[in-house]
Amino acid sequence: MKLRVKFAKTGNMKFIGHLDIMRYFQKAMRRADIPIKYSEGFSPHQIMSFAAPLGIGLESTGEYFDMALCDDVTDPDLKSYKDRLNGCMCPGMEILDLKVLDEHAVKAMAAVGQADYEVEGCVVTPEMADRIHQHRYMNIMKRTKSDDFREVDLTQFIYDFVVDGDVVRMRISQGSNENIKPETVLNAIGIFGNGQRNLPENVRITRTEIRDAEGKSLIYEGV
Amino acid sequence: MSRPFLDDDILYKVEKPARYIGNEPNMCIKDPDKVDIRFALCFPDVYEIGMSNIGIQILYEMFNRREDTYCERVFSPWTDLDRIMRERNIPLFTLESQTKVKDCDFLGISLGFEMCYTNILQILDLSQIPIYAKERNEDDPIVIGGGTCAYNPEPIADFFDMFYIGEGEVSYNALLDIYKTCVSREEFLRKAAEVPGIYVPSLYEVEYNEDGTLSAFTPKFHDVPAKVERQICLNPDDYGFIEKPIVPFIKVTQDRVVLEIMRGCTRGCRFCQAGFIYRPLREHSTEYLKDFAVKMLDMTGCEEISLSSLSSSDYSKIEELLDYLIEYTKEKKVNISLPSLRIDAFSLDVMNKVQDVKKSSLTFAPEAGTQRLRDVINKGITEEDILSGSFEAFKGGWNKVKLYFMLGLPTETSDDRKGIGNLCEAIAENYYTIPKEDRVGKVSVSASASFFVPKPFTPFQWAGMYTQEEYKERAYEVKDHIKTLLNQKVIRFQFHDADVSVLEGVFARGDRKLSKLIETAYRKGAMYDAWSDYFKPEVWNEAFAETGLDPEFYNRQRSLDELLPWDFIDIGVTKDFLKHEWNNAMNGNVTPNCRQKCSGCGAGRFGTGVCRE
Repeated sequence: MKLRVKFAKTGNMKFIGHLDIMRYFQKAMRRADIPIKYSEGFSPHQIMSFAAPLGIGLESTGEYFDMALCDDVTDPDLKSYKDRLNGCMCPGMEILDLKVLDEHAVKAMAAVGQADYEVEGCVVTPEMADRIHQHRYMNIMKRTKSDDFREVDLTQFIYDFVVDGDVVRMRISQGSNENIKPETVLNAIGIFGNGQRNLPENVRITRTEIRDAEGKSLIYEGV
Repeated sequence: MSRPFLDDDILYKVEKPARYIGNEPNMCIKDPDKVDIRFALCFPDVYEIGMSNIGIQILYEMFNRREDTYCERVFSPWTDLDRIMRERNIPLFTLESQTKVKDCDFLGISLGFEMCYTNILQILDLSQIPIYAKERNEDDPIVIGGGTCAYNPEPIADFFDMFYIGEGEVSYNALLDIYKTCVSREEFLRKAAEVPGIYVPSLYEVEYNEDGTLSAFTPKFHDVPAKVERQICLNPDDYGFIEKPIVPFIKVTQDRVVLEIMRGCTRGCRFCQAGFIYRPLREHSTEYLKDFAVKMLDMTGCEEISLSSLSSSDYSKIEELLDYLIEYTKEKKVNISLPSLRIDAFSLDVMNKVQDVKKSSLTFAPEAGTQRLRDVINKGITEEDILSGSFEAFKGGWNKVKLYFMLGLPTETSDDRKGIGNLCEAIAENYYTIPKEDRVGKVSVSASASFFVPKPFTPFQWAGMYTQEEYKERAYEVKDHIKTLLNQKVIRFQFHDADVSVLEGVFARGDRKLSKLIETAYRKGAMYDAWSDYFKPEVWNEAFAETGLDPEFYNRQRSLDELLPWDFIDIGVTKDFLKHEWNNAMNGNVTPNCRQKCSGCGAGRFGTGVCRE
């Protein structure tokens, strides 16, 4: 039986990288005594796979991983798992939801198609927003697999872009097909004038949800 | 969740910001305003090294069990943050409450190895505490040092208000209780000196002869003890261990739960300081160990547990303990790591059960290349032990052997150095006596040599060291000899940095004159000296020249009559016994281990552990 887990990673936890988050959950599973299944073979490891890595510096209220339960578990007490895991979380980490996955559900990593981001602390003028809404030429350079660069029109990967006071909300392409970073979008519309790659001070970016290619939240995928 | 002390923009600039934000699972959370004593506990190296230190974890829980005390951790900022902190005048802070170290009552610094001494100055400097104890005032924390190097604290004595000599579980409660009753720094230092195990350097007068050796070491007042007694847990089971180890967010050097099974050692290897300063051997009961093993694994969720002691094979109930742990860990899918096990049929059987098929290497520590020299150092392992042990291992599917040696041991000759290669060769040849179809891959023998540094409270504390060049010559002699051997292709030999060893020697047997040297080197940029990438020999050479001190003075062979800087400490084992052992070494006589026959070393006066068996 497989579960899909939705969790939040906020506050101080934004400084912890993806690999360390994976190791963190491996230990948390043991502390909470969750019957997670281990792989066969000589170095058994927990069967857990994350939907999409989150870069350092970003917070999130919509992260996902899939996990397998031990074969002898037929009727998992999801509320108990959630409470036990939350009892082992540290400030900034929270388990938001657990759902049993349909047998034929697509794996989290493969299902990822879009993601929602919220950006605070940036000043986006109507002109900047227009560039996206009117699909004006906005090319960026993207690295290809053969370490080359190719030009890509960014606007085709931006599905929604709303400026709400001093909060910007966007829905952009995410996953193995075309993975776009929110910083790239902000850069392209001229927020970070000098092309710097680090977030400027006081800018806060939060991933609020991961969705499949049709826009459905992953927690509903195949459930 | 406490807001990080450092601003986001700094945390994004540095490597591994997780080192500085605290809030890890199992971190102790208290309100700093609701306690009477704030204790900053420091390991003077980077987070990953400090968090792997078992002493820090034991003391952390011990202090935090007191309701009136909040113990918080401090580690050395890495070089990138160090630079930023100096540029922007940012003071050093604790991880738990993210507040200034300077606001604490105590700053306790763990002294694990001599090469961290400049990092001690870094910690004091960044905390904005005067580095010299005599310049501190009522607002500054009391700076206390403890750990292995406290057994000769003299080179750093000028930087500390006091030292705690011995096992930390014993006297800290008394010390903190006294602290609460005192109104001034001076009053506390005087009262603290009366607590067994506490050494207050400022209360002693040090005098030197013309030749630089110590002529006198006298208490300034009648209520200050002439000898400081090392503190010892008579029965380790009476003291708590670690129940809730903090789980770091990032990978640290010891990414596992560590279970200390006993203290001390019976073997009496003459070069080994730990073997003498932790005498007598005292074991934990198996009930205690099983209880804590389960607690620690449950509270952390760690995937690996390791047994820690000086010689785990000597734990009298090792079979029972391992049987229990193997079963428990198999069920929980946890790995067991077993360092320092003697290689024999039993341990091979155990290792078969705990390791996966990609067998790692088998480790032996002969330390010397010939039986003659092994007898001199009293290392009771014979060539027969090594060959039969490795043979059993080869039959069982192992093909990698690792050997530890030391160069520069007293009475070492060219034959002894060649013996290193000869031993490696014998092991390799042994491998090929196994029928081809039973062999698994190619054999690999790797030998690693460090340079022997004489340590206080060992029979070799009078031995002389050599110069850097001489050490390198010896190492190359070994290397060149190996090249002439039949199986030289499967033998790898590597050795440590001679210049670091020479400096370690100076600190190990140094005196108070060295504080000026350490400060001078620090001001010139010496830091993270234990890290080979950061060790700056030219800085140290300059510092020696400027202060007029000579490493060869400290590394010379000592006369048996010399007053040594650490003679004021009583560890139990007597100086006469050490002299007796030194003479035994010169005559190549072997001393039996404590369980075979008591040699009357002096630790028997504690009346505990193996002495009672």
